[in-house]
Amino acid sequence: MTATTTTPATVGEGAAAQPLGVYTRPKGGNGWRDWVTTVDHKKIGILYGAAALFFFAIGGLEALLIRLQMATPDGTVLGADMYNQVFTMHGVTMVFLVIMPLAAAFANYLLPLQIGARDVAFPRLNALSFWIFLAGGLFLNTSWLFGDAPSGGWFAYAPNTGVTFSPGHGMDFYALGLQITGIASLLSAMNLIVTVLNMRAPGMTLFKMPVFTWMILVVQFLLLFAIPVITVALFLLLFDRNFGANFFNPEMGSDPLLWQHLFWIFGHPEVYVLILPSFGIVSEVIPTFSRKPIFGYEFMVFSGIAIGFMGWGVWAHHMFVSGVGPIAVGAFTLSTMFIAVPTGVKILNWMATMWGGKLRFTTAMLFATGVVSMFTVGGLSGVTHAVAPADTQQTDTYYIVAHFHYVIFGGALLGFFAGFYFWWPKVFGHMLGERLGKWNFWTMLIGFNLTFGPMHILGLQGMSRRIDTYSPGFGFELWNLVATIGAFTIALGVLFFALNVIFSARRARGLPPVGPDPWDARSLEWFCPNPTPVHNFDELIQVESLDEFWHRKYGTDENGRIVRVATAEEVCQKGDATDVHLPSPSYWPVVLAAGFPLIGYGIMYNLWLCAAGGILVVMSIYAWVFEPPDDPDGAHGHEADGAAEPEEAPVG
Amino acid sequence: MADVMTTEAPAAAHQSEGAGTGISNNKLLMWVFLGSECLLFGGLISTYLIYRSRFHTGPAPGDIFDIPFTSVSSFVLLMSSLTMVLALSALNRGDIRNNRLWLLTTALLGSLFIGGQVYEFTTFVREGLGYTTSPFSSAFFTLTGFHGIHVSVGIVMLMSLFISSLRGSLRQEHSETVEIVGLYWHFVDIVWIFIFTVIYLVPSPTS
Repeated sequence: MTATTTTPATVGEGAAAQPLGVYTRPKGGNGWRDWVTTVDHKKIGILYGAAALFFFAIGGLEALLIRLQMATPDGTVLGADMYNQVFTMHGVTMVFLVIMPLAAAFANYLLPLQIGARDVAFPRLNALSFWIFLAGGLFLNTSWLFGDAPSGGWFAYAPNTGVTFSPGHGMDFYALGLQITGIASLLSAMNLIVTVLNMRAPGMTLFKMPVFTWMILVVQFLLLFAIPVITVALFLLLFDRNFGANFFNPEMGSDPLLWQHLFWIFGHPEVYVLILPSFGIVSEVIPTFSRKPIFGYEFMVFSGIAIGFMGWGVWAHHMFVSGVGPIAVGAFTLSTMFIAVPTGVKILNWMATMWGGKLRFTTAMLFATGVVSMFTVGGLSGVTHAVAPADTQQTDTYYIVAHFHYVIFGGALLGFFAGFYFWWPKVFGHMLGERLGKWNFWTMLIGFNLTFGPMHILGLQGMSRRIDTYSPGFGFELWNLVATIGAFTIALGVLFFALNVIFSARRARGLPPVGPDPWDARSLEWFCPNPTPVHNFDELIQVESLDEFWHRKYGTDENGRIVRVATAEEVCQKGDATDVHLPSPSYWPVVLAAGFPLIGYGIMYNLWLCAAGGILVVMSIYAWVFEPPDDPDGAHGHEADGAAEPEEAPVG
Repeated sequence: MADVMTTEAPAAAHQSEGAGTGISNNKLLMWVFLGSECLLFGGLISTYLIYRSRFHTGPAPGDIFDIPFTSVSSFVLLMSSLTMVLALSALNRGDIRNNRLWLLTTALLGSLFIGGQVYEFTTFVREGLGYTTSPFSSAFFTLTGFHGIHVSVGIVMLMSLFISSLRGSLRQEHSETVEIVGLYWHFVDIVWIFIFTVIYLVPSPTS
């Protein structure tokens, strides 16, 4: 059951007898080469997190520019066209380059650990997902350097984004950039689904998986089926703009609603893609700091699955004023109200988990309770949109802006911060400071409410979203100024987080890593020492119950009272196994990913670049296939673990 | 498959035997990918259905389709699914020679279908139905074009298998690789059954 101990000598023979590979694989080692060629899910998770925080800084600066422009009437910080570009890129960046990759960061790092696996099912494919995501994100942001950033809003309604109304390459950057990051999400979704379905530790049935793992699984299915729909929409837009197709050309009789339908059939499941990972994190943090198991585990899981299904039946509530007709409006009003039920179940279950628990308000717990409360506000304003007559008044006002920031910032982003504080010792071996952490939490929470709370009022007063200036005398001045002050308070909160990261790393320098189980936690990842060793588990864990780690630490005495039966040191593994076979690093994921931006630039500027990018992609795929399955010199327990490589995998 | 499905061995040497589906990772990856592909073609087919009667001033679908011709090329494509099965079953028996023969035949039948598509497209363009003529024409060429690209990718995969077989590296123990490529190939065929029905068999509007 554990890793076998094949000696390198036998491996050398095996490799000589089987000259499968044309290219040698990199050896690993350390330094930047190690990061570029890594296939380790933990390093890829850290890369995802670092890249997402980098884009978070960019998207945050864009947000500050927006708020500076809106701080006073007749703002002059940005011109109208520049304002359009900045709010479009702010939205695109935050949705596709911050929240989604942050979820991918947590999923990559934690999901294999939580199911007791040594890696994902396809380690190289996992690396490829990250590099393609990074290539797509950088590609999108280079549009600034070409002086032509997308300006059609994050949902890019055609025909407004067609070549007639959006000349220049901005919307091409949008269509191509999202196409590229879409490939990354799709590959990652396929990989993680196979991982969860096939690689769970012995005894871990689906209903012994942690809620976080469950929510990530639901999200991957949503991505699996939603990404191809936006792929279609983006292709149609691209063909319209570049090859003169007639998908969004009303003069030729095209349907101006086609884009809206395709986009929102993707876009509404996407909303749940953004929020469910955070729900999963909160479902791990709250039980730990309440010292109670999650209340109604099955209900939590099934409500997540229900959201996953119902998320496909509500898209037209984004189109209540687009003229879809009274029957569609009625039907989508109903389905939208229904989807509040499973979400409400989750909120109530979190509260019931806390009820009667021994609460410890660490920073992670504060952020988690922040999610529960702030998401509830956003959820309630969401229910008001479901009422079509009310929505008719709210559409395209700041009320909508307030709503989706309460769910995406208050729900998703605060949840990721809870995750940072909770799993930081697991990833980096030291805790984030609690003192700065609390400053981080309170400034962010207050700043967030100062920024987005007043937008409810502004919206109901009739202030349109996306206008670049407003005149004095409409009563917009006060709340806009408050919102701008709030935005800079959030920036201060993020600064506290950055300082916390730096100071805690500096404080931990030279000290031994934090001991096992700093939080008295519950799930499988805490069997590993901190930080997680490269091979994850010394030996695979036989799982008998949900919260296996907790059940190994606690039992019941003869009176049925819960007593501690083992210390964390006794339960945790030592992380000193040396005979575990690990997949070798590979050059090809990063090389393959580099082809995609070339294709993107090629379509806009010069088709020869396209050809170069295409050749790079195809050659990398073949090189990938003919790469030796493993480093012949590496430790090699070939039968030992399931981190199987996609040998001759037919898909790129 | 029954022996694979009952993996209750307590001391499983292989991690994937811990608690899995019993389907290998590679095959499950292909199944999951094909699930995603359903929505890709679903989006394209829906677009076509919305635009099939919007032919502006260009040729109408009912006037331009040559149903007997396309039926023949559809038959060719469907037959390639049969030869794909024969290729897999030959390799399962360890019959490398017949495996190569049927792999090549499948690729050739696929190429014949693509040839038919190229002929059809050029005929349509000559008859005045260009890519930019109308919403109908854009939707038609995009949907059938995406399918054609999928068939072409399949042909590349089949030829890659064929060449690795010539090099002696496609042996009986690799039959699952052929099976996985076969899954893709059958999927592309099944999608064509839908596309053929929706585009050609359902009575089309005429001008």
